[in-house]
Amino acid sequence: MRIAKVFAVLVILLALGTVAVAEGGQVLLNAAGATFPYPIYSKWFDQYHQAHPNVQINYQSIGSGGGIRQLLDKTVDFGASDGPMNDDQLKQASVPILHFPTVLGAAIPSYNVQGVGGDLNFTPEALSGIFLGKITKWNDPAIASVNPGVKLPGDDIVVVHRSDGSGTTYIWTDYLSKVSPEWQTKVGKATSVNWPVGLGGKGNEGVSALVQQTPGAIGYIELIYAIQNHMPYGKVKNAAGMFVKADLAGVSAAAAAAAKAMPDDFRVSITNPPDNKAAYPIASFTWLLIPEKFSDATKRDVVKDFLKWMMTDGQASCEALAYAKLPKEVVAKEMKAIAKIQ
Amino acid sequence: MATTPNAATPAELGWSPQALLRRLRGADEIAHLITFIAAATLLLITVLLVFQLWTHSAESRAKFGWSFFVTKTWDPVAGDFGALPFIYGTLVTSAVALVIAVPLGVGAAIFLAELAPPKLSSSLTFVSDLLAAVPSVIYGLLGVFLLVPVMRTTIQPALKSTLGFLPLFKGPAYGIGFLTAGIVLAIMVVPFVLSVSREVLLAVPRDQREAALALGATKWESTWKVVVPAARIGIFGSVFLALARALGETMAVTMVVGNNPIISGSLFSPGYSIAAVLANEFSEATGNLYLSALIELGLVLFLLTFVLNGLARLLILVTTARGSGVLPS
Repeated sequence: MRIAKVFAVLVILLALGTVAVAEGGQVLLNAAGATFPYPIYSKWFDQYHQAHPNVQINYQSIGSGGGIRQLLDKTVDFGASDGPMNDDQLKQASVPILHFPTVLGAAIPSYNVQGVGGDLNFTPEALSGIFLGKITKWNDPAIASVNPGVKLPGDDIVVVHRSDGSGTTYIWTDYLSKVSPEWQTKVGKATSVNWPVGLGGKGNEGVSALVQQTPGAIGYIELIYAIQNHMPYGKVKNAAGMFVKADLAGVSAAAAAAAKAMPDDFRVSITNPPDNKAAYPIASFTWLLIPEKFSDATKRDVVKDFLKWMMTDGQASCEALAYAKLPKEVVAKEMKAIAKIQ
Repeated sequence: MATTPNAATPAELGWSPQALLRRLRGADEIAHLITFIAAATLLLITVLLVFQLWTHSAESRAKFGWSFFVTKTWDPVAGDFGALPFIYGTLVTSAVALVIAVPLGVGAAIFLAELAPPKLSSSLTFVSDLLAAVPSVIYGLLGVFLLVPVMRTTIQPALKSTLGFLPLFKGPAYGIGFLTAGIVLAIMVVPFVLSVSREVLLAVPRDQREAALALGATKWESTWKVVVPAARIGIFGSVFLALARALGETMAVTMVVGNNPIISGSLFSPGYSIAAVLANEFSEATGNLYLSALIELGLVLFLLTFVLNGLARLLILVTTARGSGVLPS
């Protein structure tokens, strides 16, 4: 009997609790996708929740592929991806999907060459040659000619790449595809590719461990990881002919350079942008994938408000977490695009 | 799915409501029902698993057919997928692991069960059980930061200078690759071999040892010629358990295997395993064919485990028929 009473009380309490929540206009949004922007997204969703206690956004960082699939299956309200959705995927969606760039990421070349510190210069030809397996020695003229005064050993080059599917790989292969026609036809760009040479390390930590341990190794690493771990890395020659060492400003500059030719759907690659001396060439946006139509008006308004907040106040949190901010040209264009959400 | 000798068909059980109720009055029947449900659930889970893998890999099966098993390419960009390098890598790393782990584990089990003082035996067993509980990512990290540098600077050059004439030990020493992955796997599966083998050895009746000793056998002769053969089936069982663990291990392998789908006769070469590529690529796999091919790889791993287990059982049958017939009950 006593158990029955306790149970009854519990049920009543629970029912009351549900009503109270419903009266408060609680909005719960589910999202899933890319892992690379997860730290900034979770910070944003938390800050937004502090400012709007009735809104809770639940983000699962299951990877870009999973985010796109869940969005197409409609198991989440919106998705997130490190690479834009392709036309086939967009066709599969029952509601048109809009892309909204949120922050920027970049990949840097990290290496381990005996007697050589940071700041080694790399041309696009050298990087594509190395990753195609055509340049195999560190003292190859393609590397030595742009590094006068640096004594390069004749060691074998050991290429290290990411083994897990990743947005960083997408940025890196997108860049190599743009600067090397041979890479474009032989390998292409994707979150995982068929690498011509090299060892695979799992995650940024796996690649950096392999690079640091293996003499003669070169690998690409997410800029944020390199900054947070104080790793030395090389400069890359941009389309304007300048050797640029990646930093957050250089990445934003690349985005600003690409903003002029930005298509209306924001599905744009900003690797190797033209005519900007400060731009770091191996960078990319990461996107939120938002359905154009919401059946639930409350959810729609929350999403629109969140996007506005993210592009204004939200951007202030970027640099503390080592993400490059959106340039103001892109923000202005995105603000207009929010109106498309119905 | 072992059936008890007195297992009844539903008809015999009398599954009409009244009959069931009448039967349920006996505690035996209730126990029977509960354990039957437990066993049936296991079977159901396995069937569902295969069914899911089968249906979700339809696109890949339709496109590649049997050539999936013999194609060497894995190109997500071009949509060209083959499982051969992954099957090869899975088999090679697991084989290396067993070659190292079985002598080590069985040897240690014989020592602990037969020769060591009881106190030492139980404390060492405790340590080995602890090893089995360490998460695999820890083994992977230890592999990357401790084993890989030692492999590159010491072990691989040493192997090269002594056994370098064998094709197994050729090529540049990166520190990672089949051999390193096999060693890490061996460390991970030794506790399984040790723990199960020791229990089985301890379960061999005392009379058999005493009979052997009474016939004039030395302590070692009684252990090696009587106790170990008697425990053979259990020891095989421990090896299969270890093999299953090695085939399916993901995290520790991917961290040290080099993750490059190539087929090379050299153990120094980087490679890839099925479980590792699934863990690496599944989350970012966009495109239906890509996803479908990854799921088919899961199916292949399931098949591989199934076939190897079948072969193992066959091995038991053959060796038991030929053996002395001394078996633990």
